[in-house]
Amino acid sequence: MSRPLFQFKGGVHPPGHKAESNTRPIHAAPLPKKLVIPLRQHIGNPAKPVVSVGDHVRKGQIIGEADGYISTAVHASSSGIVTAVDLQPVPHVSGLADLCVTIETDGRDEWVAREPLDLGAPPAELRMRLRDLGIVGLGGAVFPSAVKLDPGAAQVCPTLIINGGECEPWITCDDVLMRHFADEILQGVAVMRLLLGSSEILIGIEDNKPEAIAAMQAAAAKLDFAVEIVAVPARYPAGGAKQMIETLTGKQVPSGKLSTDIGIQVFNVGTARALARAACHGEPLISRLVTVTGHVLRPQNFEVLIGTPMHTLITLAGERDGNTGVLMGGPMMGVPMPNLDVPVVKATNCVLVKSKELFPPLPKALPCIRCTRCADACPAELQPQELFRFAKAGDFGRAQEYHLFDCIECGCCSYVCPSHIPLVDFYRYAKSEIWAREKDKRASDLARERHEFRQFRIEREKKEKAEKLAAKAQAKRAELAAGADTATPAAADADANAKKALIAAALARAQAKKDEVAPKNIDNLSPDTRHEIEEIEARRAKIRELARQPLESEEKNS
Amino acid sequence: MPSPYILDRTSVTVVMAWVLAALLPGIGVYVWLFGPGILLTLSIATVTAVAAEAGMLKARGYPIKPFLGDLSAVVTAWLLALSLPSLAPWWLIVTGTLFAIVVAKHLYGGLGQNVFNPAMVGYAVLIVSFPVQMTQWAGPLELTATPLGIGQSAAIIFGADVPKSLLDAVTMATPLDTLRTGLLQQHTVDEVVRQPIFGYLGGTGFEWLAAAFLLGGLLLWALRIISWQVPLAFLVGVWLTAGFLHFFDAGRFGAPWFHVFAPSVMLGAFFIATDPVSGATTPRGKVVFGLGAGFLTIVIRTWGGFPDGVAFAILLMNLCVPLIDQYTQPRVYGEVRKEPRA
Ligand code: SF4
Ligand code: SF4
Repeated sequence: MSRPLFQFKGGVHPPGHKAESNTRPIHAAPLPKKLVIPLRQHIGNPAKPVVSVGDHVRKGQIIGEADGYISTAVHASSSGIVTAVDLQPVPHVSGLADLCVTIETDGRDEWVAREPLDLGAPPAELRMRLRDLGIVGLGGAVFPSAVKLDPGAAQVCPTLIINGGECEPWITCDDVLMRHFADEILQGVAVMRLLLGSSEILIGIEDNKPEAIAAMQAAAAKLDFAVEIVAVPARYPAGGAKQMIETLTGKQVPSGKLSTDIGIQVFNVGTARALARAACHGEPLISRLVTVTGHVLRPQNFEVLIGTPMHTLITLAGERDGNTGVLMGGPMMGVPMPNLDVPVVKATNCVLVKSKELFPPLPKALPCIRCTRCADACPAELQPQELFRFAKAGDFGRAQEYHLFDCIECGCCSYVCPSHIPLVDFYRYAKSEIWAREKDKRASDLARERHEFRQFRIEREKKEKAEKLAAKAQAKRAELAAGADTATPAAADADANAKKALIAAALARAQAKKDEVAPKNIDNLSPDTRHEIEEIEARRAKIRELARQPLESEEKNS
Repeated sequence: MPSPYILDRTSVTVVMAWVLAALLPGIGVYVWLFGPGILLTLSIATVTAVAAEAGMLKARGYPIKPFLGDLSAVVTAWLLALSLPSLAPWWLIVTGTLFAIVVAKHLYGGLGQNVFNPAMVGYAVLIVSFPVQMTQWAGPLELTATPLGIGQSAAIIFGADVPKSLLDAVTMATPLDTLRTGLLQQHTVDEVVRQPIFGYLGGTGFEWLAAAFLLGGLLLWALRIISWQVPLAFLVGVWLTAGFLHFFDAGRFGAPWFHVFAPSVMLGAFFIATDPVSGATTPRGKVVFGLGAGFLTIVIRTWGGFPDGVAFAILLMNLCVPLIDQYTQPRVYGEVRKEPRA
């Protein structure tokens, strides 16, 4: 551990509250009667449902197919009957319901056939398999792992970082995962290394998890490739991917770029284990470790099937009176749950039960005193007090100039603000306003474009029609005039010179035609035929005469 | 979704309470040096400030309790009281405090909105309007024959009939005044500082007061209530400017240490220039702000019309804050490549 460490700027030291939940053994949460499995459990396109009500599904069976490259499949977490494919409340920031598959479990927990992956297969094929096994990042961002395991044009990603930081207070699922499944995590790391072609593998773990560090070191010693376990100073948000990268390598991910642009890819330890289960056993991602902690009798970590309602976990951990709400995630970045029927999803690392004592209501905000404690704490090195000023004043342009979109919403600024200003809320508000405006603008741009194009098309069609009609009319008039051997009054009416020219040309053409045709058609014909023709010509002339009326009226109109 | 759900325990009240606590060593030394009169001054200023604050909050329709509870008015009162002459009449204290709270603070929008440091605005108004009363300093007890008790102090402050002989016996010019006057009378610095009012570094006794303020300031810094940039830059600004002048003409300009160890400089560096509301906010901006204030302090002391330049220097720098902030914006994470910090 002689590796030189680098310090990222900012950060805070909130009380850890890790000991509450990290000492008990992992328990498997029992099979619930009903599983509600959202089809959107990853960034990208939600999975497309491929089961319908009444279908019997088995554990690990695909119930939603990946829809496109940035998407993953979703699987049944146990066997049973599909009882609904509809909108259900889900644990999402938006608080909106989303498409879910509800499975009435049959208690048999029957697996589908599974097959380990052939690691010798072409990488692209392996990635497709991982996508179909529903592997996503379990660190919170739930990005489809197959996409992140693609080194892209560079063909190789030299540095692979495994993130065991887990800096949010209360959460310990990664800690106990490392303590108990170090070997499996490293199996997953081997697969990542294979797909990314990485030569340097670093595993960063906050130094407040000595047991996890020891377990991982013991497991790493057994490997035939080099893995460096690095203890990093415990400080929130040391487990943020960018902060972990800076701590371990001293490099900062350029603003607006991906870590792969500087040859680094980061995966959470939970993702590594899920990958190992997929590669070695052909198991899709249907369960994960969830910390249930806070205001419960027995805070601990459970292995939970995706789709299990959160309240069963709270019951399992021992519900207590005085529950004032539940967060998914930790106290710094967690999201409040609308109700406790919402299911555990792939992104659920922690179910944190609040109480008045543990989470007293936040005091009323006072005005900003420009103390810049927030700026000192901001790991994105922003000036939160300025962002706040602009967001509050509705000056979103200036907020953007001050790098609003580099804010990672870590909450450090709100945490330290002595005026208790809910700064992050203002940034979320400003961001959503800007997005809404962009969307509005895009929509209105599109509408305007569409409108303008329609106008243009109508105009063009009108013009084309008018031109055509005019030409036709002129030609006809000319023909008529030629036929009747008298100048038509309509021709005299023509006002534009161009029209006259057109007429002249048409006349000439008609004359030529007539001259050319006449001998053939008329001169050598029998009087009967000639008479017939004359009759026909007369009829035509009449029709033309008739046809001219609406033409003229139309000409007038236009 | 108001995440985060937890807060650091440091509230504005806690910050202000620490500032008050950090002033206590200074106040203690003050009492020891000049007698307990300062306690009276502090009380008058505090009562006035709290009453004015409450009145203004009510008038502006703000909730009184949370704002009054933040203690910022008390901090303003104490800073002003400690800047005033130790035997200032009560109406001077009240006028200055009222001006600080009502005009400089609330008419500029209240907590967090004021462009100028309220205590310094109060001070500036007084010294411009009442220059004579602003020089009634009690001499250090070490030098004056009759130590001034609380009763006599009260009598002087409240303007009772104090025998002129008593007043003459206890009041003295401050070292800065003395130096200024001496230099104006064409004495050299060396001649002036041989007078008993001058001690080792600053004025007799005054240097202890400066040290006590320094101690309180270091406490605030250790607690991360203030950043290091402003005080250090301020002291460096004073030292460099004074040192530069002294280097070229030691006969006409006081030694840099004498200037640095003036109580007003220490108080200004650690307690006044560090006022977050009216100061610069960026790290580099704080350095510019401090250096500028230090430089101006010496410039005003040397060539300006007032013996002490701290208040005006800080007010002038307050004026420049928007400009300083704008031109010293730090780069954000990942904005430009740079060498990693070890
Ligand atoms: S911490 Fe709060 S009060 Fe201090 S500058 Fe930031 S927003 Fe303002
Ligand atoms: S929430 Fe945003 S502005 Fe606040 S500290 Fe985190 S990154 Fe900085």
